[in-house]
Formats: sequence, C-alpha cells, structure tokens
Amino acid sequence: MADQFDLECRDVVKKFDAFTAVDSISIAIPKGSFFSILGPSGCGKTTLLRMLAGFQAPTSGDILINGSSVLGVPPNRRPVNMVFQHLALFPMMNVAENVAYGLKRRGVDRSTIEKKVNDTLARVGLPDSGPKQISQLSGGQKQRIAIARCLVLEPAVLLLDEPLGALDLKLREHMKVELKQLQNEIGTTFVYITHDQSEALVMSDQVAVMNAGRFEQVGAPQDLYYSPQTAFVAGFVGESNRWKGTVGKTQGDQIVINLPTGGSVVASRVVHPELSEGQTVDVFVRPEAIAIDGQGKTDNAIGAKVENVLFNGAASSVQVRDSATGHEMTVALPQTGAFANLKAGDTVNLTWAAEQTRCFAKSEKQGAAA
Amino acid sequence: MTTSTGKAGAMRVGALLLAMPLLLWLFLLVILPHVDLLLVSLRERISYGKYEFSLINYIEFFVEPLYWNTYVRTAVMSLMATVLTLMIGFPVSYYIAKVMRGKGKNVLFLLCLIPFWVSELVRTFGWMILLRESGVISNFLQWAGIADGPIEMLYNDATIMVGLVYTSMLFMVVPLVSVLDSLDDSLIEAGYDLGGNAFTVTRDIVIPHAMPGIASGCIVVFMLTLGNYLTPNLLGGKDSLWFTEQIYTQFITRFNWESGSAFGFLLLVLSSLIVWIGLKLSRQTLSETVS
Amino acid sequence: MSKKHGALRGSLLGLTALAGMVMLGQTAQAEELRLLTWGGYVPDDVVAEFEAETGIDVEVTLSNNEEMISKLRATGGGGFDLAQPSQDRIASAQLEHNIYKPIDLSKIDASLFIPSMLEATKANTTLDGEVYGVPQIWGTDGLVLNTAEASTVKDYIDLCSDEVAGKVSYRLRRPTLIAFAFSMGMDPFAAYNDEAAYQEILDKVEAKLIECKPNVKTYWEGSDSLLNLIRSGEVVAAMAWDAGGWTLNNDNPDMNFVAPSSGALGWVDTFAIPRKAENEEAAYKWINFVMKPEIAARITAASSYYTASNGASSLLDEAQRKQFETSFPQEALDNINWYPPVPAGLEAIEGKTLDRVKAAQSN
Repeated sequence: MADQFDLECRDVVKKFDAFTAVDSISIAIPKGSFFSILGPSGCGKTTLLRMLAGFQAPTSGDILINGSSVLGVPPNRRPVNMVFQHLALFPMMNVAENVAYGLKRRGVDRSTIEKKVNDTLARVGLPDSGPKQISQLSGGQKQRIAIARCLVLEPAVLLLDEPLGALDLKLREHMKVELKQLQNEIGTTFVYITHDQSEALVMSDQVAVMNAGRFEQVGAPQDLYYSPQTAFVAGFVGESNRWKGTVGKTQGDQIVINLPTGGSVVASRVVHPELSEGQTVDVFVRPEAIAIDGQGKTDNAIGAKVENVLFNGAASSVQVRDSATGHEMTVALPQTGAFANLKAGDTVNLTWAAEQTRCFAKSEKQGAAA
Repeated sequence: MTTSTGKAGAMRVGALLLAMPLLLWLFLLVILPHVDLLLVSLRERISYGKYEFSLINYIEFFVEPLYWNTYVRTAVMSLMATVLTLMIGFPVSYYIAKVMRGKGKNVLFLLCLIPFWVSELVRTFGWMILLRESGVISNFLQWAGIADGPIEMLYNDATIMVGLVYTSMLFMVVPLVSVLDSLDDSLIEAGYDLGGNAFTVTRDIVIPHAMPGIASGCIVVFMLTLGNYLTPNLLGGKDSLWFTEQIYTQFITRFNWESGSAFGFLLLVLSSLIVWIGLKLSRQTLSETVS
Repeated sequence: MSKKHGALRGSLLGLTALAGMVMLGQTAQAEELRLLTWGGYVPDDVVAEFEAETGIDVEVTLSNNEEMISKLRATGGGGFDLAQPSQDRIASAQLEHNIYKPIDLSKIDASLFIPSMLEATKANTTLDGEVYGVPQIWGTDGLVLNTAEASTVKDYIDLCSDEVAGKVSYRLRRPTLIAFAFSMGMDPFAAYNDEAAYQEILDKVEAKLIECKPNVKTYWEGSDSLLNLIRSGEVVAAMAWDAGGWTLNNDNPDMNFVAPSSGALGWVDTFAIPRKAENEEAAYKWINFVMKPEIAARITAASSYYTASNGASSLLDEAQRKQFETSFPQEALDNINWYPPVPAGLEAIEGKTLDRVKAAQSN
C-alpha cells in the first residue's frame, strides 16, 4: 500500500507557541500526481510545505516519503526538493553550476554531472544556457532553471512554493501550461502551493483547499468548483454571489431561504436534504448560473438594475442591484455576445434554478475565515 | 544655441560650487599634507636649520634592520589580527543577521557597539586592569586555586592581538551583518535542500555572497590595526614594537621629522600594497567594496 | 551688476566688522595665559588664586620635554604663552628650531630666586648673549625603591640584578642612558662634545640595557602609571624622579626615593617664553606669582617637587624636610650630577640606541 504514495502526512500539527499554524492534516498524495494546496495567505500552507521539505519539524504527527518516516531527517537528506517562491537561484554561480550543485553535493563524478546537467537543461527547453549568468535570464527562464536544478536530482517529490508569484500575468498564464506539461512528461509528483485558485485549478490533478491550518476539502478541481463542501471553499474557489439568510418553509422540492433584507432565495431540497427550518445559512450562487432575461428554470427570479458592465472578453460580467432588496450581484455575460449592448441603468430579469443555489449552515469559524 | 551653452556653463559652475567643499577638503586636508610629508621625507639635515635634498631617510630604513623588522612585524601582526577578527566576526555576524530575530538582534548588535561608547584609551586601560599581574583575572585565578602565584598577562604579543581584535571587531561586524542581511534566507535553504551541509553551504553560498562585506571589513580592520598606536603600545609594553610607535618616536622624541615622514610614507605604501593584493586575491574591486 | 557688487562688498564689510568686534570682545572679556607645563607643577588652588588676583584665565597643557619641543616646533613657537622645558634642552632647541624669545630679565623679580640656581640656569640657557630660561622647579632622577623587597639595589646598575628580576621599571629615554653610563663608571657629560667618545659610551650602555631587558616589567611613560605599578607591588625598583618616591613614602614608609651611589641626576625645569607668545605680560605675572615663597612652598607641599624660590624651604613642614634629608644626606647632595646643556644632534644618536634597545627581544 505504502508505495502507492510518494508522500503521506498523518495528523501533522505545527504550533508556534499558542498559535496553531497547521492543525492535524492528513493526506496521501498518489505517485506522479500534481497536487496543489490552495489557500489564502496565512492559512498555514507554507508551514506545511516547509515541514515536508524538512525546514521545520512538526509538533506532532508523522510525515512519510516513499513509505518511510522522515521525521528527524534534515532537508539535505530528504528525497524531496523545493522550488522557492523567489526561486533562490545562486547568483554567484552560472546556470550550469546552479543545476550541477545538488549532484556535486552527492559526489557524482564530473562527466556524469555534465551529462545530466545538459540533459536536464534540454528537458526544460534551455539547452546551451549553461554558461549564462543568472542575471542574464528572463523570468520564465529562471523559473525553468529553478525547476531543472531540482529535477536533475530526480526527487521523489518536487515541492513548489508559489513559484509563479513573481511573474507578470501573461508569463504566469504561459508557465501554468508549461508546468503542467512538464509534470506530465517527467511524471514526478509535484506538490504545489498557491493562493491563486486559477493556478491550482488549471494545473492540478488534486487540490486541497486549506484554511486556518486545516484542509477544508480535498478533491479534483471540478469537485471543488461544482460541489464545494464548505462555505469557505464555495467562497474561495471561483466567483460567487453571496447572501446570509435563514432557512424558511419547504415547499415540495424547494426550500425558501429568507434574506434579512426582505427578499428570498430558493434552494433545492434534493441538493440540501440536511437543512432544517430556522437555521442560519450562507447562500452562494455562481455568476454564470444566473441567466439574464432567459428561459430555462425560473425557480429564482429577480428584477435588477445594471450598475456596471465589466467587459473582459470571454469573461465579461455585469454588476447589478436587486431592485427589491438592494443586494448587489455579479452576473456572467454569455459568451455569445447577446448582451453586447447592455449598459448601466438598464433593467434586467435574472433567473436561476433552485439546484444552483448552495447553502451552508453557518458556523462561526467558516463565517469568519471567508 | 548660445543660451543653451550658457545654461550648460552655469550648470557646470553650479556643479563645481557644489563640489567645492569636497575638493577643498581633499586638497587642503589630504593632498597638501601628503605632498608636504613627501617633501620633508626627501631632505637631510646638514646643520642648524640647513637641509638638502637626499634619499638618506629611505636608505636608512632599508639599511637598519631594526626598522625593517618592525615594519614587517607590524604588517604580519596586522594581517593576523585581521584574519582573527574575520574568523571571530563572521560567526558573530551570521548569528546576528541570520539566526537572531526581532529585538534580540538589535540588542546583540548594540552589544557589539557598547565598547565604542568609551574612548580607545579607556578601553585599553580596561584591558590592563583585567590582565595585569595584580589585576582582576590574575586575582580570580589565584582565588579559584588555579594559579599558585600572580600571573602577568600583559606585555606580550598575544595580549596585543587580543586588544587589536577587540578594538576591530565592530568594524568587521557592521559590514558583515549588512551584507549577510541582504542574503535571501531561501538561498541558504536552497543550498541545504539540494544536499549541502553547513560547511558547503557556507563555502559555496554564504561566503561568495558576503565577499564584498568581507573585503571591506578586512580592509578597514587592517588599516585601523596597522595604524593603531595605543593598543600595541600600552598592551605590548617593553616589546610592543609597532611601526606607528616608531613614527611617533621619530617625530616627537627624536625631533627627526625627516625620517618620521619617510616612515609615514612607507606605511602608506605598505597598506596600499597589501590592500591591493588582498583585493586581487579575493577578486573584488575597490569600488564594489566601498559601495 | 555694480549694484550687486556693492551689496556684496557691503555685507563683506559688515562681516569683517562683526568679526573684529567678536575678537575685540574676546580679548577684553578674558585675558588668557596658555601654559605648557608638567603634571604636578600647577596645583588647582594656585591657579585659582592667580586668576582671582589678576583676572587672567590659565589654560594648562601637560606635557614633557620632547613633546614641548615638538609642539612648539610644529607651530614655530606659537600656541602657548609660557613653556617649562628643562634647562639643558633649551639652547639646542632654540638654535635648531628658533622657538623661544629671550627673557626680559627686567620684568622678573630676581630676588624671588635662589641666586646660585638662577645664575646657573641663565648661564646654561644663554645663546648669543640672550637669556632664554629662568628656573622654577628642580629635582633629581634616582631610584624609587620598595626597600622591603629591593634592599640590594644601591645603584642604577643593580636594577639588572637577579634579586629584582621582572620587577623593575625605567623609562626608555635619554636620562636612563646617562644614568647607566654613570653607574657603569663612565662620564657621559664629559663626552658631550665628542661624538665618537659619546657613541662609544652609548654602545656599552646599549649592550647593558639589552642584557637587562628581561628584568624589566615595562618601560614606564607617565609617572602616575609608574606609581601604580609600585603601589601594587608589581614593581619594586625603578629609576624615577625623587618626588614620585616621596609621594609613595607618604603612604608607605617602605617606599622611598634613594639617591644612587653613582649620583642622582639633577635637572632644573625652567620658564621659557615661546617665540609667538601672545600674552607675554601674563607670563611674567605668572612667573613672579608662583616664585613667591608662600606660593612656591604650597607647590612643593602638594607635589613634593622642590622649587628655586628663595626662602620657600623654610616654610615647609617638618615631615617634608625630614623626607628630603633622608634621601639626600649631605654627601648625596654633593654627588648630584647636574645636566649640562645638550648639544644639538646628540638626541639623534641617542635615539638610535633607544630604538635598538626597544627592538631587542627580551624573551
């Protein structure tokens, strides 16, 4: 069993004095997968990663790599390598020396080092860059060298600490694809931490959403998006319109959620069999689930006034205000260009199916973290 | 056209005026005295108030082994003091810059500064009170039963070395702390992550990064040590033999300004030469080191 | 343009006037006497009394013979209004560096001085018929001993004996060379004007001092640090000034000044006026003030230094007179070797000798 997982955490806890940074995390990461840990800054994901790399020791719990515990094993003896947030390439060495550094420390002979370095540089698409100085590289090239420097050591697990954070947007989009491709080709297990949901969703086989030291939900990107299990995940992964409300009467398949502002939202009893009357809930509806002046299901129907048109090509949306409750909402515009003429001040009818409404019984913790 | 050149001219005059204090300072307080020193060093006293051009002062230096020995001894001791200061200062600086966090860091840094709140003379006398035969340490050792009789710890080369290293420490620690502060922690962690140990990470990453700081610290410490007068003189006693002492003696007790000037010049040559060699060996440039 | 210049000139004039006024103000409000002297020669209460009597502020700078000459040489005789070099170091320094101006003897009350000492000093400091120094304080170089532990030391040369090994101190200065020469049975003063003979003496002294170096704890520089070394017991025998020995004797009867058998070396420190002195009048006032018997006696009481003031010794208390007589029985007094004026250039030869002694390794 154990060798199916490159990396396993069992009830890992890390406390700094009274503060618990990582609160009994247990995961098993399958061999060869791209695993992301997604969470806001301060959620404990960096601490978790540093424990995996060996820079910090867990307060309790166990970490296993290739099936054996690495507690007490220093970072230089662990079969994991890390790509740092700012890459941490050694400016005092050239590219080849950077890549060769780990091999040299292992006492690999000179000719093998040279061969492996060249192979690895070719694999990341930068052959012949060996003699270059680090300062001569572009942002994307540095990225690739940082990865090459780890890959050349053939680690069981490659840890990546928000390595795209420092890049500009365009390059970041490009590197997302490249990283995923690279991981596909080489088959090394990647553990990638980020606060950018788009990075996590695009690249990962599995994503763990982390909040306040705990995993809220672990699953495929689609699961997280379409079936969030906590209010935090619903709010953090993807855009959502959000209300607070109280569960009211059930009418057939539909549950009415009363909003404090006077209006109400309808949810589906099939989706939410657990809700009971009088519960306080957080209510989420994705912008793209709402139709403008459309057909389809009209379990929820709202008249609203357009306040802003946010044109962004395929990702365009409008900000509207509910005429009855004054609640502000975001609605995605269909990509057909049907509403290209919509402008501020227009009145629109918004509709969505009861199944699209997600409710989460309110708990103090989740409410605060979102 | 004419107006623009006029403007440029005015700008140039402005820049010149701005640079005036610096130029005056350089000329009046640095260049002029040195030229004077050089001229004085190149003359020989013939009789009362009569002097002639001569290289006798320099020849004297090379012919008389006494001055030579002192010269070489001062250089060697200064180099040793510099290396020792570096060897002690580096771990201290690393600890301050990389291990300590928050308040403790400032406190430690201040502790390094404290000895400099009193003058060098007072500091040196402090050492004398500690180390002399009837001093604190000697008495303590006798009281603790470790020593049978009073121990004289003053007036030897080891004591001079201790005093010099102590006096120089701050000048090594300050540039080292600032250069180590600028070293991204993740570079060190990356070094470990890639399989390095404490020794290889220090050798391959920390020291290359700190090289400008090491060079500037060493230059300052070396110059200060070479030019130190009080510490070797007071702690070294009858065998101190420091070249600045020799210069002082020539000027003040021998009234021999000519050979004192020549010695001064030779000291300048020595320090420039050694600093130059040091920069060459460490592949640093002076401009890098100074900035 | 011209207007601008006018304004500029105006403001410059204003500045000059202001500066002038400031300077006038300064001289008017504080007349000053800048005194270059030795430690212990000017007790605070004497300065205070002088300031009260004359309204002249005294600014004291402590120094020694070599530094005094160096300081005055550097400024061409400026920066001070009155200096106190030893009588034997005046004529050569004046000849070489021209740093003093002749003393106007008419402004000095000769009756305040012991006549023989005044005459001897005048003779030794005369150059081209002009007198450059008058005596203030005299004393001797000899042995300061902790007699309980260094009873075998009778002469300078005994400082090199095994009985006091490691517990000896002396200065590495010219008086030490002279003292050892006498102690070794030679007469350096007689060879003053014969460079070759003097060199020969120096070579012998040099050999002796190098041989003696392991015996030496440290070469002392300031008399305070020497007294500390003796008080703490780290040094039991030293060549030093008589006054230092008497100061120690006040606290510990075992410690005292002993005139060595080859004779103490007598020195006289003088008043000399630097060539660029700005307040000569104050300098003469000071001389006539401190030479008054009651003031001179107070200086001696405070510092143990004897003065050339006529009649001061009769004002001293019994204990101090007794101390003096113990150290200087009549034959020892007669045996004092008084320094003759140092010929110029001699210091250079001596310097080499001292350098070589300093450089010799003792262990």
